[in-house]
Amino acid sequence: MYQYNQDDQTLINERVAQFRNQTERFLKGELDADQFRALRLMNGLYIQIHAPMLRVAIPYGLLSSTQLRKLAHIARKYDKGYCHFTTRQNVQYNWPKLEEVPDILAELAEVQMHAIQTSGNCMRNTTSDHLAGICKDEIEDPRPYCEIIRQWTTLHPEFAYLPRKFKIAVSGALHDRAATQFHDIGLHLVKNEQGETGFKVFVGGGLGRTPVIGQVIRPYLEKRHLLSYLEAILRIYNLFGRRDNKYKARIKILVKEEGLEKFKSLVDEEWLQIKDGMELSEERIQAIQTHFVLPPYDKSAAADATFHSRLESDNAFATWVKHNTVEHKAPGYRAAFVSLKAPDEPPGDITDSQLELVADLADRFSFGEVRSTHRQNLVFADVKQADLFDLWQQLNKTKMATPNIGTATDIICCPGLDFCSLANAGSIGITREINETLDNLDYLHDLGDIKINISGCMNGCAHQSVGHIGILGVDKKGEEWYQITLGGSSENEAAIGDRLGPSVPKDQIAKAVATILDVYVKNRIEDESFLDMVKRAGLTPFKDQVYANH
Amino acid sequence: MQIIKDRNIIEDNWQFIADDQLLLPGDCTVTLGRWLTEKEQLLRHDGKVGVRIESTDDLETISCDLALIPLVEINFVIFSDGRAFSKAWLLKNRYHFSGEIRAVGNFLADQIFYLSRSGFNAFNFEGKQNLTLALSMLNDFSVSYQKTG
Ligand code: HEM
Ligand code: SF4
Repeated sequence: MYQYNQDDQTLINERVAQFRNQTERFLKGELDADQFRALRLMNGLYIQIHAPMLRVAIPYGLLSSTQLRKLAHIARKYDKGYCHFTTRQNVQYNWPKLEEVPDILAELAEVQMHAIQTSGNCMRNTTSDHLAGICKDEIEDPRPYCEIIRQWTTLHPEFAYLPRKFKIAVSGALHDRAATQFHDIGLHLVKNEQGETGFKVFVGGGLGRTPVIGQVIRPYLEKRHLLSYLEAILRIYNLFGRRDNKYKARIKILVKEEGLEKFKSLVDEEWLQIKDGMELSEERIQAIQTHFVLPPYDKSAAADATFHSRLESDNAFATWVKHNTVEHKAPGYRAAFVSLKAPDEPPGDITDSQLELVADLADRFSFGEVRSTHRQNLVFADVKQADLFDLWQQLNKTKMATPNIGTATDIICCPGLDFCSLANAGSIGITREINETLDNLDYLHDLGDIKINISGCMNGCAHQSVGHIGILGVDKKGEEWYQITLGGSSENEAAIGDRLGPSVPKDQIAKAVATILDVYVKNRIEDESFLDMVKRAGLTPFKDQVYANH
Repeated sequence: MQIIKDRNIIEDNWQFIADDQLLLPGDCTVTLGRWLTEKEQLLRHDGKVGVRIESTDDLETISCDLALIPLVEINFVIFSDGRAFSKAWLLKNRYHFSGEIRAVGNFLADQIFYLSRSGFNAFNFEGKQNLTLALSMLNDFSVSYQKTG
């Protein structure tokens, strides 16, 4: 993974010093609340119901074991012994003290981590495919480009006060695992007719209150123009994006109001004037690529026979392998997920001791690295098949081997009423109830690939609008009600879910989800997936059952 | 009055003249609208004349006059209006304006590093501001990733 050079390190050290000074001036009353708000947000610090919340960047989801141990240490020393992985591959602390945040940042800087631009109206952490570099359907490893973008976005002087936040995601595979079409800019590595790789550029996607699928603004962009093209889009957005209404300030609204063609011509006009001065050289790309060379795989890994015999002799292990591991391009290797979706724990939460165990396991089994996924789990990217049994046993002891990756209990859920001052609903509680109704593993596995996303209000932090089943908390005269959508997807065939009907009260929502799943089981044709069945049959069969007694 | 210019704290006597006021003796800045309508008279003023730009103004309208203008002020109504940063960048890099680009109005000392990298070389704070502290913030970072600015 990328290792900082002297300049990278100097920059984050200086950022810590700057933020320490800002915090001190705020505590002394020399900066007012509004001023400090803008400055702290740019360093990932929100103020929430109970305490500040600190979001730490994990560039495109890559973490070393050393960094994991530091996250564990911070959870223990400055927080309540746990932290939370987010849907943008980052990590959040819910209970830090404002006075201690500069110390936390200094500790993070020791392991090449920071909280720069993890919130605020600026360019955020760039996200990517959690299977980058190891999946079979990859055109090119996206991570070097993510790192190039990370550097370019970091402390970009001109684009620190955008109309609204700005998120970029990069995918290098045929299968989009990074929800790129729901980002302000989505980049897909593609090949042109000459067989050269470049980027297909999407713009104007986003979730939140007004979910919009990104549109292709440029079908093929040469790599050397990556940064100039991004800069052109950002300059146009910075100059013309709406600032009169924060709900209309994302780039998706500008693209919509101007129309794609007009927007594209503004961008192109800008781009033509800067592109020659900002070319990325082949040497620079190669220099960054050297940080992402594949680890030294054991060429004889596939010769191991123990894996297959274990699979035959141990059902629980076989189930875990089936659901929580995926194939790898190196023979004899698999990628293994750490499920942060144990039935009785808030999705995405992890304790200090679990973090340390993951660090140890990464060192033993996966070249000292781990990745975070946008569905709030972790993944060991490079595990030898012979080691999977040991790995599974270790994870199993610590509630990190629930065999539910990609299933209906691999729920994305926002903090809701438990932590968030904007919430209408207790999303964590609803997740727990749904888990209780789905406690039969065979049934769960029979359901197959189902993505349930639950947000506590229309800001949509948990991407409910792109869940196969989306659940959204709404407030009705002070009571919690839930609106259901079906058929959303953040993958290649991006889609926004359709509303099933009137919202249901809190005590009915888990039952409604169970009913929806039942309707699917009864109506699917052969091994049709949930999403395919919804597409084929429409909402009616679901509506009929969910609202049968109303 | 003191301002920061070219990394120094200096005495400064430029005065902004609102549209309904007559020019005063000495160096004055006027709104873009006034510049465009009264350019001929303004050029005969006894003293230098600069232009104050709002973040919503279109730079194209003065692009041909820039050689006549020694100072462009860019006004912050609110410090979070990022358009001012792009305006400064455009003035300097697109229109190759070589005069002074001055931030005025409601901006923060904490923004001064980014402002200067975007093209501003002078800073006139609206309220009370410790200029020595602000000056030191020009050196908040000794390294940068972007080539621009
Ligand atoms: C606890 C306090 C939280 C608050 C107050 C909060 C607030 C918000 C708000 C206001 C938005 C809408 C922004 C917009 O539409 O431009 C938003 C969007 C979002 N939040 Fe949160 N959030 C919180 C926690 C989280 C957590 C824990 C996660 C990760 C699991 C998260 C992930 C997101 C994402 C991915 C979006 C959507 C971005 C998009 O529109 O593309 N948030 N949040
Ligand atoms: S979706 Fe709403 S309730 Fe949930 S975290 Fe976001 S802002 Fe809070």
